[in-house]
Parts: sequence; structure tokens; C-alpha cells
Amino acid sequence: MIEGILVEGLIYGILALGVFISFRVLDFPDLTVEGSFPAGAAAAAAIVTAAARSGATGSVPSWFAAAAPFVAVLAGFVAGCLAGLATSLVHHKLKVPPLLAGIVTMTGFYSINLRILGGKPNLPLIKNNPLLQAARTWLGPSVPQDLALLAAALLAALLVAALLDLFFHTETGIAMGALGDNEAAVIQVGVNPSSLRTLGIVLANGLAGLSGAFAASYQGFADVNFGAGVVAAGLASVMLGELVLRSQFIGAQLFRVLLGSILFRGLMYAARSWGYLAGITPNDLRLLTALLIVGAVAISKYAAKRPRPGPGAGQRISLRGGRP
Amino acid sequence: MIRVESAFVAFPQGGGEDRVVLRDLSLVVPRGQTVSIIGSNGAGKSTLLNAIAGTVSLRSGSIVVDGRDCARDPEWIRARYVGRVRQNPLAGTAGEMTIVDNLALASRKGPRRLRMAVTPASAKILAARVAELGMGLEDRLRENVSRLSGGQRQALTLLMAVLSRPSVLLLDEHTAALDPANAELVSSLTKRFIAEFGLTALIVTHDMKRALEQADRVVMMHDGGIVADVSGEEKSRMSVIDLVQLFRSRRGTDYAEDRDLLH
Repeated sequence: MIEGILVEGLIYGILALGVFISFRVLDFPDLTVEGSFPAGAAAAAAIVTAAARSGATGSVPSWFAAAAPFVAVLAGFVAGCLAGLATSLVHHKLKVPPLLAGIVTMTGFYSINLRILGGKPNLPLIKNNPLLQAARTWLGPSVPQDLALLAAALLAALLVAALLDLFFHTETGIAMGALGDNEAAVIQVGVNPSSLRTLGIVLANGLAGLSGAFAASYQGFADVNFGAGVVAAGLASVMLGELVLRSQFIGAQLFRVLLGSILFRGLMYAARSWGYLAGITPNDLRLLTALLIVGAVAISKYAAKRPRPGPGAGQRISLRGGRP
Repeated sequence: MIRVESAFVAFPQGGGEDRVVLRDLSLVVPRGQTVSIIGSNGAGKSTLLNAIAGTVSLRSGSIVVDGRDCARDPEWIRARYVGRVRQNPLAGTAGEMTIVDNLALASRKGPRRLRMAVTPASAKILAARVAELGMGLEDRLRENVSRLSGGQRQALTLLMAVLSRPSVLLLDEHTAALDPANAELVSSLTKRFIAEFGLTALIVTHDMKRALEQADRVVMMHDGGIVADVSGEEKSRMSVIDLVQLFRSRRGTDYAEDRDLLH
């Protein structure tokens, strides 16, 4: 149970990091993730099953079969990036507002994802679980399944968070942080704000695709409906994280997104397991997610009215989301 | 050097007729000259600066900065040689980022690279630069800019505008929102930076005294055009009263706002 919550929280935490970048860093309310998340799942599943099929017939060398899980995860990232690029182009070239641009991409990707899945609404991965295969390759075959999964998910999520932390300390990362804060300040230093925003949206959706690839692996299948509700889940995770940990450090802000995601999965698990005591059924989980977001906003609004100690010295980038 | 030729700017407004803001305005500012731009509200002073910076586009006419015809370039391209400070101290900085990150952002123009924005060595250089403001900000490098006072923030914005060594500096009433002491401070910093970096500067102001003192030349605007242009000996002989009288005579009409020009 606890491993399940942790693994799920970490895998969907990568998605929440993408949501954090678009909603918090860029101030760009991006719904594309509802398309990029399943796109990542579909791309990864398609590659893994194709590799397994050709591996079984001996048409590809064995090293290729061993590399397939990593290629699949990378493909998930790239598929997400392409969805983000589509939204960004629609937004910047046609001046379509962010929400509508996201809806357009998400709607279109439903059909694209069905094509990637070979025309079927889902693709099982029971025998070809890339995450598990990769973990087994690294840790040895004797490690129990849930521990191997946990190790892989932990490694992946922390690696992504660490790389993002590093990125937000580079010139590009600092400019991206400034873009959501004050676009004029970015224009003033001779940077094309549209290109920079495009980079951010592509990165955010790439993370959603990566998360989708891991999720397909963890669930044992990729489904065209994987994306339903992931924006709200990601947002709820980001906000839960902000409630439990206040910091102006970008590193801590990224870490708390993962923390929030684990908390969110824990709450959902609790609602599923013990919700019946309060008359809550699994049908009510979406309502619960919505109420969680509203509650988090309400709490942060209330907390903002009370004086609290200002940010300490030593922070690096800090973003609006860091000041509830 | 800035060369504005027959700049025509109009904004659409409800009910057919467009509102004309710049009427075939021409202005040549030689390299290294500081020009004060004065005029009543709605004369087109800010629009002239916006047109040079690229925030507002011309209906017709041309703008050449340092030999480059830039009237069709987007704002972010022109920003590579144009620095600007607006009236609102919040406008030029990223408030939720630290002082050192803001300085690092502003220390170079053009595309961003994937290398660390702040290194111990670069932080030392930036601290030395911000120390020149004389506000003790060098000890608060890791604090958020939103925690600075208006005067501190505007001084920082000014430093950020010149740090990357633009050739043109556009200042749009950049001391108007500050208290007198801070306005004085930011004005003297402005003078120092313009001299140090050899900038060509256009300064929009409502303060006639400062307009005369800070610049080599005073340009008076009214109703989208230039109605007076004073420099050299003529300018140095001029008092604030003379300037206000010139303003009245050139503008034709007379109204209560004149009192504001005298303080």
C-alpha cells in the first residue's frame, strides 16, 4: 500500500512538475497535459510492444531489446514535447488564448494517441513493463517487484527534479522565471519572449509525456483516456505542496511538488480505502480533487492576509507560487 | 545617434476617427547627447519613446538608431541597443526574483545560454556594481526585489538598464513616482551613468528645473509635434520662468496645468 502510494506519487509527481512549470513559472494555464500525458503513455507502450514483438522473432539484436525501455521513456518525453510545441504554435502564431490553445491540442491528440496505440483504445504491457525491466536490469532480478518499482520511480523523479533545479539556475532558466513574473524585464534584455515561453511549454509537456510513459509502465497498460483529470490532479499536487512547505528556493519548490503529489495520492488512496465510512465512493474522487484545489486556494488566500515572516536571505529564483 | 523622420502614430478609438498621437514628428539626436522632453499631458512624449523602443509601431515614417533602420523590428530586438526605465518602479524588474538574479538577467543582452547565471566570480562583480548605488543593496543580493523600496527598486532598474551597455537610454518620467530625496538620488545616478557609459539619452520629465539642468538640449512637444527645441547657449541662458513662458507662447492656449510645471 505505502509503496503503491509512493510510486504513484513520484510518477505523477513528474507530471505535477510539468504543471508547476506551466501554471506557476510561466503563468500559462496549459490544459495540453491532458493530451501530452496519454501521448507519452501511448508512445512508450507502442515502442515497448514493437520491440518485444521483433525481439520474439529475433529480428533485432538483443542489446536493442535491452535498450527498448529507455527508448520508450524517451519517446514518451518527445511525444509530450510535440504536444507542447503544437499548443505553443497555436498560441503564439494565431494569438489563441492559452486555455483554448490547450483545449485544441488536447482534443486533436485524442485521435493522434489512438493512432499511436494502433487504433485501439488501450495497449496492455503486462509482460513488457519497461520501468520494471529497467529496474531489474540495474538492481538484479532477485529484488522484489514493488521495491524495484519504487527504486526506479524514486530515481526518475529525483533526477528530473535535480535537473530542473540545475536548469533554473542557468541563464535560460532565470530568464524563464522572470518571464512569468514580468515579461517586460525579459524583453528589455533582448530575449524573444515567445521563443522562451515555447521552450517552457515544450519542457512542461515533455515532463507530462515522460510521466505518462512511467504511468503506463506502472499501470501495465496505456489507455487513450489516461489524460482525463490529470491537470486537476497536477494542480492539486502543486497546491498541496505549497501548503505543507513554504520556500523561495526553486529547489525546495520543485521538491515540494513531488511531496504534494505523494500527499495527493495518499489522500486519494485513503478516500478509496476508507471513504465508505463517510459514504464516499470512487465516483466521488473527482469531486474530492476539485474541493481539494478550492480548499488549497482558500487556505492560501486566508494565510496571505496574516502577517508572516518575510523570506530569508539566500534564496535564488523564487516564483509567485512560492508566496501563497 | 537617433534619427526619427516623419513619425506618424495614431491609435484607433471608438467611433471612426483615429486619435493621432504623433504627427509627422522628426527629431535627430547626435550620439552622446542628453535631451529633455517636456510638454503637457497627451502631447505624445511617452509615445515618442515607445515608438523608438518598439512598444508602439509607426503608421508611417522611419526610425534609425546607430545607422540601423529599426522601425519594423520588434521590441526585443531593439532592446539590444535601447535601454529604458519607465515611471513605475515595478515595471523593469522581476519582483519575485532576487537582486542578484535580476542583475544577472540584465548583465547581457541577447539570447540566453545554458550556463550558470550566477557564479561566485560574477556575483562579486555584480555586487561591486550595485554597491555604486550607495544603498547597501550589495549586502542584500539574495533578497527578493519586491522587498525593496520604490527608490531602491528604481535605482536598481536604472542600473539594470545600463549594465548591458546599450547605446540609447530612454527614461519616461522615471523619477516622477519617487519622493523628492529619492528622485534627486535617481537623477544624479542617471547623470553619472549617462556620462560613464557615453549614452545617448531621451528623458521625459514634467520637472522644468531638472529638464534644464540634466540635459544638453530641451525639446518641447505639443499635440504630437515638436513646438520648441532649445540647446547650446540659448539653453544655458534660459531660466525655468523663461522656459515656462516659451512653453505658453508656443502652445497657444493657457490652462491650469501650468502651475504643475513650476515645481
